[in-house]
Amino acid sequence: MRGITKEFAGVKALRGVDLDVVAGEVHCVLGQNGAGKSTLIKILAGAHQPSGGEIFWNGEQVEIPNPVAAIEMGVATMYQELDVVDGLTIAENIFLGHELETGGVLHRARAARATRQLLERLGHGNLSPHREVGTLSAANKQIVSMARALSHDAQLIIMDEPSAVLDAEEVKNLFRVVHELTSQGIAIIYISHRLEEIRQIGDRITVIKDGASMASGLSVADTTTPELIRLMTGRNVEFVFPPRRELPAEAPVVLDVDALGLRGIFTDVSFEVRAGEVVGLAGLVGSGRSEILETIYGARRASTGHVSVGGDRLRPGAVDKAVTAGIGLSPEERKSQGLILDEPIFKNVTLSNFARYARGSVLNERRERAVTREQIEALELRPADPDRPAGTLSGGNQQKIMLARWLVHGTRVLLLDEPTRGVDVGARAEIYALIRRLADAGTAIVVVSSEIPEVLGLADRVLVIADGRVIHSTPATEIDEHGVLDLVMKGTAA
Amino acid sequence: MSEQTPNTVSESAAPTQAAPPEKSGNVMQRILSGAAGRNLGLIIALVLLIVVGAITAGDRFMNVENFLTIIRFASIIGVISIGMTFVITAGGIDLSVGSVMGLASVVASLSWVQAASEQTSWLLMVAVALAVGGAAGFVNGIIIAYGKVVPFMATLAMLVAARGLAELLSNKQTQIVTVQGFLEFFRGSFLGVAWLVWIFVIAAVVGWFLLSRTTFGRRTVAIGGNFEATRLAGIRVNRHLVALYVLVGLSAGIAAVMILGRTTAGTSTHGQLYELDAIAAVVVGGTLLVGGRGTIFGTVLGVLIFATLTNVFTQNNLSNSVQAVVKGVIIVVAVLLQQRFASRPGRSS
Repeated sequence: MRGITKEFAGVKALRGVDLDVVAGEVHCVLGQNGAGKSTLIKILAGAHQPSGGEIFWNGEQVEIPNPVAAIEMGVATMYQELDVVDGLTIAENIFLGHELETGGVLHRARAARATRQLLERLGHGNLSPHREVGTLSAANKQIVSMARALSHDAQLIIMDEPSAVLDAEEVKNLFRVVHELTSQGIAIIYISHRLEEIRQIGDRITVIKDGASMASGLSVADTTTPELIRLMTGRNVEFVFPPRRELPAEAPVVLDVDALGLRGIFTDVSFEVRAGEVVGLAGLVGSGRSEILETIYGARRASTGHVSVGGDRLRPGAVDKAVTAGIGLSPEERKSQGLILDEPIFKNVTLSNFARYARGSVLNERRERAVTREQIEALELRPADPDRPAGTLSGGNQQKIMLARWLVHGTRVLLLDEPTRGVDVGARAEIYALIRRLADAGTAIVVVSSEIPEVLGLADRVLVIADGRVIHSTPATEIDEHGVLDLVMKGTAA
Repeated sequence: MSEQTPNTVSESAAPTQAAPPEKSGNVMQRILSGAAGRNLGLIIALVLLIVVGAITAGDRFMNVENFLTIIRFASIIGVISIGMTFVITAGGIDLSVGSVMGLASVVASLSWVQAASEQTSWLLMVAVALAVGGAAGFVNGIIIAYGKVVPFMATLAMLVAARGLAELLSNKQTQIVTVQGFLEFFRGSFLGVAWLVWIFVIAAVVGWFLLSRTTFGRRTVAIGGNFEATRLAGIRVNRHLVALYVLVGLSAGIAAVMILGRTTAGTSTHGQLYELDAIAAVVVGGTLLVGGRGTIFGTVLGVLIFATLTNVFTQNNLSNSVQAVVKGVIIVVAVLLQQRFASRPGRSS
């Protein structure tokens, strides 16, 4: 295999990025949201045209005018939103666009055989080529996507945050597949926020900041994490969690969850949260964490038990009642469940209570903007323009919109599901500080995160969840990550 | 409009990454994204049509009387289109408007309804037509919001059923309106302008205010922009959906009153294919078929463009068939232009 080289310089959203990838390596691209990673990928995939710079492929200068050209050249891209067709079978997906056919008649058997071979190469020979893709897990859909790349004889596979949708076990499996691929001489460009992942899988790293490469082709083994963070953010950042404050003994119980259950998902979940307290739910993906939050919020109708806020029992399955009672939820999928991306910041901030500012039924957008400006000020939301569409903001600032929404609403109970997902390292500390400030102001907060250190660092009290049950409850200072994982493993085994 | 070509995706992705535009660029952008700017293409199209009309038909076209005729011709579709703008902005659709309008015209002109109206007031006929429209919309809304049936299918079912019911009730006969008060009102005018036109104007103003200035409108746009996010923000989305379909049903009821006034007869064939004309006007007017953005001003322009087109063709003695072909071309061109002008920042991921 010859070495693969690519070079960029002076691209529009990218102000000069250099990247070279060698056959058989995993090259990680690291950068904060908005640094230009996606643009870079889209150029390689042929979806964008560079306004300057050069691309070399196997030593020859090339142009990639469109996605088809990229595929023919041997570059395959796995986007965050997997581009598989749910209604088709695995084999049909893999050969979509380059079906094995003679005069329009499909060779189904041959396609199935070829599919089986490809899946075996990826260590997933157990999947049937005739299985409908819609029935597969996110992890297996990724496998299908990779198999499709192989069917095109891809020499370079670009993976855009492939682990974002996977749990720990599936990530391990993904890494196994990636090693499989690199051992066959295929180069991987791996994009991720998770530093420890890059440590595990990467060979070399390119760091992008503000559309320019800060460092290109660093060896993973020789670069320390603080060094990487410094390159990404331009400053030294540690995972600083704000200090906890002693909870006053008389702090009233605001949220009371009593024997809550959702058939087939979780059972008998009971806990209390007092004003000013942060309670963290720790557990693996699929343990029922998010569902517990959604059920408290009324987005799902509890099959048993009930939720009370300030002593008043809520009607199950009624979000509007929960909101009126003073519960706010920042959902896991901010873009699809939290924000209206095309609408300006201020309409997103006031989504839960624009009616409160209205005179009768007539909107008062001036007041909405004014209220939003106050929040922009208080939360240091950027850009500081209430009319900017929410979709143009970075993950961290989108999260701030969600917090602002519940702040202007005067929420007493805040449920935060993965509050720092898609938020880059630099902005995380800010979000943590905000959450603590809200708690200090008397809000009762429940945090769910798949990053256990985050739960431990942020919460006053931690509930460990396994298989839809609360198996342990402890002050956050009296347990560490290993302790949580130990409990989870035991809980799952029992 | 519902299909994002790779091209539009890349266009909308660029500004997310690029440095913030300069102040002057911002101002330009704001003007262009304001009501006038967004509808600039439509205004130009309408002016062009008028120029074509003036050149080809001269004074027969360019006189106040003819312009009023155009608007009167546009008024019934116009009222329906305004209702339609709301459901489409909320990401839905109502295919049943034409049928519901036919049904309402039949029920309101049933002999016993007319007899009762003679005894009391012709407004009873109006109330009956509105009640029929509202009730049909209510049924649509309940099926869509609580039965979780997609709007296309739920309202398609209503399209078929309402037409059938209208045929049953009228026995496929044309029912002549004999209520004098009703007939006199619609023969009359206000400030020299026919009542049909006034109803359209009022509907447009009320619709514009409702959509862009009230909490009802905000909820409508929010639901179309992101249904799940709106639900999770604590807004009673199902109740609002029902209200929306009642609203569009009412607009079909008003349209039924108008057609009764214009034709002085109720029949089950009233309003055939009106749903398509209304949808075309709404979409040409710049309302996104996927929801999340809608403008009443654009819809009114869309309606006027089609009505003017028809008038220009009629003045030049061109056949309906030619007209239909040109209409099709206009729809495609308008939507293509909309995609160029209205790049949608924020849809990139």
